[in-house]
Amino acid sequence: MKRAAAWAILLLGMAYFILPLIGMVEFSLSMKRGIYSFEAYRVVFADPRFRETFTYSVVMAVLTILFGILLVVPTAFWVRLKLPGLRPYIEFVTLLPLVIPAIVVVFGYIRLYNTSSWLPLTGTIGGTNLLLLFGYSMLSLPYMYRAIDTGLRTIDVATLTEAAQSLGAGWVTILARIILPNVLVAVLSGAFVTFAIVMGEFTLAALLNRPAFGPYLQLMGANRAYEPFALATIAFLITWACMGLIQLVTRLSKFDRAPK
Amino acid sequence: MRSAASGPAGGGFSPNGPSRVTDHSPPAPRRRLNLAWLGILPFAAFVALFLIAPTMKIVIGAFQRVDGSFTFENIAGLFTPSILASYWISIKISVASAALGALIGFLMAAAMVLGGLPRFIRAPLLTFSGVASNFAGVPLAFAFLATLGPLGLVTMWLRTEFGINLRALGFNILSFWGLTITYIFFQIPLMILIITPALDGLKREWREAAQSLGASARQYWMSVALPILAPSILGTFALLFANAFGAVATAIALTGSSLNIVPIMLFAQIRGDVLGNPHLGYAMAFGMILVTALANVLYIWLRIRSERWLK
Repeated sequence: MKRAAAWAILLLGMAYFILPLIGMVEFSLSMKRGIYSFEAYRVVFADPRFRETFTYSVVMAVLTILFGILLVVPTAFWVRLKLPGLRPYIEFVTLLPLVIPAIVVVFGYIRLYNTSSWLPLTGTIGGTNLLLLFGYSMLSLPYMYRAIDTGLRTIDVATLTEAAQSLGAGWVTILARIILPNVLVAVLSGAFVTFAIVMGEFTLAALLNRPAFGPYLQLMGANRAYEPFALATIAFLITWACMGLIQLVTRLSKFDRAPK
Repeated sequence: MRSAASGPAGGGFSPNGPSRVTDHSPPAPRRRLNLAWLGILPFAAFVALFLIAPTMKIVIGAFQRVDGSFTFENIAGLFTPSILASYWISIKISVASAALGALIGFLMAAAMVLGGLPRFIRAPLLTFSGVASNFAGVPLAFAFLATLGPLGLVTMWLRTEFGINLRALGFNILSFWGLTITYIFFQIPLMILIITPALDGLKREWREAAQSLGASARQYWMSVALPILAPSILGTFALLFANAFGAVATAIALTGSSLNIVPIMLFAQIRGDVLGNPHLGYAMAFGMILVTALANVLYIWLRIRSERWLK
């Protein structure tokens, strides 16, 4: 009886999750009347705006990941090695982007870095792109920091550092050739989450007026009938792929570590 | 870009020199100047410039007139019927989606952990939860339009197979319930992800102890399991509340501007000063920070409490 109830709950719950996905895919295939076709996808892929915005978001995602790694790996390493007392505070700060709504922070960006301020980032396209990059890095900070800090916990940072130093390694060598390879799995999971976040992000890009995938999606939704559902399906597949890759790298890493 | 970002970090590390790393002894009083904090300078600068300063700008702006003088007028300006109504509907949607999300997520997690289901269900369900909790924003809105919208899959199916016309029954995807049903798509998985470890932490001994004292399953749940889980459940509820309250993209893509919730109003205000007073926008954003911060403080506090039992 209990097991039957558990199955019922689970299946009902899964139905709720699967129906919208079926609806979305079904709509995306129904552009031609009466038959299923990939017409909507063909139209989307042929749209130069799609290619532009998609490429823009991919490039931004990659840059965000690189910046995030350069910012977080040295910091998390340094805090573990030299400033363990600061760890709770740093962790608290990295969780703030989950507390302060993104729309509020970007509002602050627009007011703080406008053309009449001391750092007029929104005055030029390059500056706005840079601001968006920092904004994305801020959004991904909780995930990136968590992932990397957890990764650092599994290795003996102090001993590795001392060993490297006794062999004459400098700080850059230690970080790039000792620490980074050791936390690569953690870095990769942080990177995939970041990728998924940046690809789907709407608020920051829309309010900073940058041609990213999220605002394009919204624009299509307001103006077209079937294409938005093809785009949403693509977005869902990207999220799926990112999460799948996280699972994959985590699972693979279980085998390349020597047994203790 | 690479050199620009790694430069200051490398510079921050060098003042200490390699010699200090071997210092494992507990912090004995020493005369040397401690420069270790320089290493987190790039991180501190980033956080200060792109997280703290923008937020402070909004908070301070909420208490300023256009000329910069101090005032409570903007905060008082929030207490006008239209803005209050937008906060009220935002709070209602957030409470409803958090409560439903927490309840359904709890039931699903409990079914998975305690329901005697085969083990192989667990990993896929948790992975799917990870995907679904990240599948928010604009695409989610489209998925629900395709399902419960006027021509959606479920809408049409109910009409042709059962003659149930959702529209005639007063259901509209661009409404309170439409938004709530959409939001729980990312609320339920988040609840599952957070509450599963708590459910795993329920010790078998507690149930056996209760049973050996003659407790029924109901009594066990009411007097043992739920009181232990209560801080986790309530804490996650607070987190889900904040999660829904700050959601912008889903709401905009789903309803356009037909439902005046706070994030949509703020979005329009940032785009084009629809309130006619830039500092009223600051006050509105400040109100959002206040609500989500309160919810999060509640979450953290309850989490600390819950860790007393679940270790």
